[in-house]
Amino acid sequence: MNSLLSKYTSVKEEEVKVWFKAASVDSFSKDGGACVKYKDKQIAVFNFERKGEWYACQNVCPHKMEMVLSRGMIGDANGIPKVACPMHKKTFSLENGENLNGDLDAIATYPVKIQGNFVYIGFSE
Amino acid sequence: MKSILVVGNGMVGYKFCEKFVAKETSEEFKITVFGEEPRPAYDRVHLSEFFENSDAKALEMAPRSWYEEHNIELITNGRVTDIHRGSKTITTISDKKYEYDYLVLATGSSAFVPPIKGVEKKGVFVYRTIEDLEGMMSYANELKKKNPNAKAAVLGGGLLGLEAGKAVMDMGLEPHIVEFAPKLMPRQLDSRSSKVLQLKLESIGLNIHLSKATNQILGEDAITGMEFGEDDVLDVEMLVISAGIRPRDELGNTCGLAMGTRGGIVVNNKMQTSDPEIYAIGEVALYNEMIYGLVAPGYDMAGVAVEQIIGNAEILMPSDIDMSTKLKLIGVDVASFGEPFMPASKGHSIIFENKTEYLYKRINVSLDGKKLLGGILVGDAADYNMLHQVYLNGMAMPEDPAQLILPASEGGSSFGSALDLPDEAQICSCENVSKGQICGAIKDGSCEDLAGVISSTKASTSCGGCKPMVTDLVNETLKSLGKTVKNVICEHFEYSRQELYGIIKAKKLTSFNEVLDTCGVGDGCETCKPLVSSIFASLYNDTPNKEDVAQDTNDKFLANIQRNGTYSVVPRIAGGEITPENLIVLGKIGSKYNLYTKITGGARIDFFGAELNDLPAIWKELIDAGFESGHAYGKSLRTVKSCVGSTWCRYGLDESISFAIELENRYKGLRSPHKIKGGVSGCIRECAEARGKDFGVIAVEGGWNLYVGGNGGATPKHAQLLAEKIDNETVIKYLDRYLIYYIQTAAPLMRTAAWLDKLEGGIDQLKKVVIDDSLNIAEDLEKEMQSLVNAYECEWKQAVENEEAKKRFTHFVNSEERDDNLVFVPLRDQKMPEHWNN
Repeated sequence: MNSLLSKYTSVKEEEVKVWFKAASVDSFSKDGGACVKYKDKQIAVFNFERKGEWYACQNVCPHKMEMVLSRGMIGDANGIPKVACPMHKKTFSLENGENLNGDLDAIATYPVKIQGNFVYIGFSE
Repeated sequence: MKSILVVGNGMVGYKFCEKFVAKETSEEFKITVFGEEPRPAYDRVHLSEFFENSDAKALEMAPRSWYEEHNIELITNGRVTDIHRGSKTITTISDKKYEYDYLVLATGSSAFVPPIKGVEKKGVFVYRTIEDLEGMMSYANELKKKNPNAKAAVLGGGLLGLEAGKAVMDMGLEPHIVEFAPKLMPRQLDSRSSKVLQLKLESIGLNIHLSKATNQILGEDAITGMEFGEDDVLDVEMLVISAGIRPRDELGNTCGLAMGTRGGIVVNNKMQTSDPEIYAIGEVALYNEMIYGLVAPGYDMAGVAVEQIIGNAEILMPSDIDMSTKLKLIGVDVASFGEPFMPASKGHSIIFENKTEYLYKRINVSLDGKKLLGGILVGDAADYNMLHQVYLNGMAMPEDPAQLILPASEGGSSFGSALDLPDEAQICSCENVSKGQICGAIKDGSCEDLAGVISSTKASTSCGGCKPMVTDLVNETLKSLGKTVKNVICEHFEYSRQELYGIIKAKKLTSFNEVLDTCGVGDGCETCKPLVSSIFASLYNDTPNKEDVAQDTNDKFLANIQRNGTYSVVPRIAGGEITPENLIVLGKIGSKYNLYTKITGGARIDFFGAELNDLPAIWKELIDAGFESGHAYGKSLRTVKSCVGSTWCRYGLDESISFAIELENRYKGLRSPHKIKGGVSGCIRECAEARGKDFGVIAVEGGWNLYVGGNGGATPKHAQLLAEKIDNETVIKYLDRYLIYYIQTAAPLMRTAAWLDKLEGGIDQLKKVVIDDSLNIAEDLEKEMQSLVNAYECEWKQAVENEEAKKRFTHFVNSEERDDNLVFVPLRDQKMPEHWNN
């Protein structure tokens, strides 16, 4: 199980070596999420239209190790953008991955950029 | 450091320790406790519960570790054999010596065994300790092996005797109660109430023999019977003696303390014995020339001894001791307070008796009608707490005191609210906690809620009888401070669900963002999004396809997410009726997609393990075969369960299947604050378990009875009767009104049972709204339901026919691949997800 989590470590914008072209902007629901496959990784990507922002994080919820975060609802907690896992409503900051309503490990987050109507996710490898 | 030795580790001995360590000066003392039994103090009052679960730990007052944590040395199996007052030492059974500065005798009492010929025979027990019980249980088991119909008698029809009777009954023996007096519970009850109690106990299988003096116990080696007089014999194979208590006062006697003529160690109002360094508390202490065999006075004595020892000399035992008591005997409420029996010269009695319901209530009122002097309650002691407070605090009586005990339907009314009591009113008599302490804990900010108040004041932690009052006081105090949990939805909306429902309806808002921009803040969250979506569904019958991002995952994917991220599929099978052909269709689909298959509690078929990508294809096949969504994933109508009714059943009075199908089809897809389930039974045998549902319809001679507000689940509740003997159209009319009224006014995730509980006026109020139309809204409610019924569309049909709506059912947005993280393992002839490892 830990080998599953060890695949995912946060990437900062300046560490990006690969900008992966994931899908067109309109494949993502407004204020919703979808899952992107990159090599053997599953990445949840959210089109947070109310904030005019895009976010990406690991798809696996560190609580029960299921690949479901992309199916969660997004929103905010005191202004911090967050996603709620659909399984047990564990919530995570989309900015730094921190578990906002518990003491689970933080999830990995990834930078997102939009270029020419396409969504790109930044990876370090 | 001074040494306190506590002799006896029963309830009162324990209470002494508990009260002592709560004092700031307790660190100046070292406490050593000697218990004769092998285990730490346990709750003897609830001893008969040991029969139900044999869990001695559950009865413990505190675990052994508690004593360690508080620096108390607990020596069990350590009977004290001698007190040497000259040297201020004691010796124990193992010949060890301990010195004391203060000695506290809390040795309690033992069962009184009357000198009857033959009491030494095998099969004769006393009822006092867990060891007594264990002995009885193993003896009873042996008896039952030889004779499954074995009988056992209890000698004594008092409080403890009746408890013992229950224990004997629970052990599977035929129970007999033998009492010397001409009535049960002679100390607490008058003749009439005692008779009511007797009738009730007989109705549940206790055999009661009154005015019986036992001459001898028959049998060679083991007991075979009891002889009361010539030719008056009761054949029993076991006997439990519960004929009263005798103080365990041997130690006082041998060391020369002043004793009562009939036993007991004499104490003054400081709980000191004739030796001022030796205290006696509980059932060993003779105070006012009385032995007090109740827990509450024992606890008070413990408290007084603690205060005296640490130097608060002004705290004394009152001379008037309240002997009021309330308990549940074999499921029957029995209570008496103040002066239960009162001579006619002192006042008047008001008596309410209903033998068919096994109810008896008596209150004794002063001659001028102004004061409550005492009373007795049998069968229903719900009013006990209030009456007891009125008595204790000398509160003024209503003009017609009969109102205090008459049933509400007879013009009775409950007496005021707990908040009307004076601050010094004692709410918890076991722990001696006043109303002022309970309310004060909230007011001074040291506690925020009921749990906090209970843990800091200890109110209601002993017998628990005052819990409803403590709860009321806490809630009322919170309310008075304006701290009422205003039921706001979340940080994004400062409204209750009902308020938001009204705003959305009035302003005709139709999208989540619109609602947020109109009356909320921020970006929403997992609480308010599904709530707003549910309101849209209830108002406009919007299906989740319209704004899937604001739906909970189950609604978003129109399926129930399972623990590995796959989904379940439940087509509607209205009323549980299905043709063999359709069963074959389901079987083929389940087999094709390799789905784990099970019949649900709602009498339909559930497929598990469907991957997100397969959901539209599975549903396309189901819809093509004529099925539709079962809404098993929604906070909406699930099923209307039915029995076969008069269609097939020889007892059926009406066609329950047909009516169930009609109701299920009428309300299918109806979104609500929580799930809704219904049931229709063809007769009162109730095979559809309709009274365990949010609405239940039961056929009776002359029509249907309609019940509402029931559920199974974590807090099971039977539905309550809303209307009797009504026809099909009226059932539907009332259900339309009831359901919409619930949908409009309930809090989020509140089922109908909880809603009805909270509804001011309860079922009577609901009857007024639904049947008498007291709010003049019935027509609107019906119209609203009809428009929802007319607007129904199968949301799965919408989803599979619309390419845009179908797009969301893929695991990856950039690949056709499946989730390779899924692992299934075999289970019987099917499959299941591998177990969670964390």
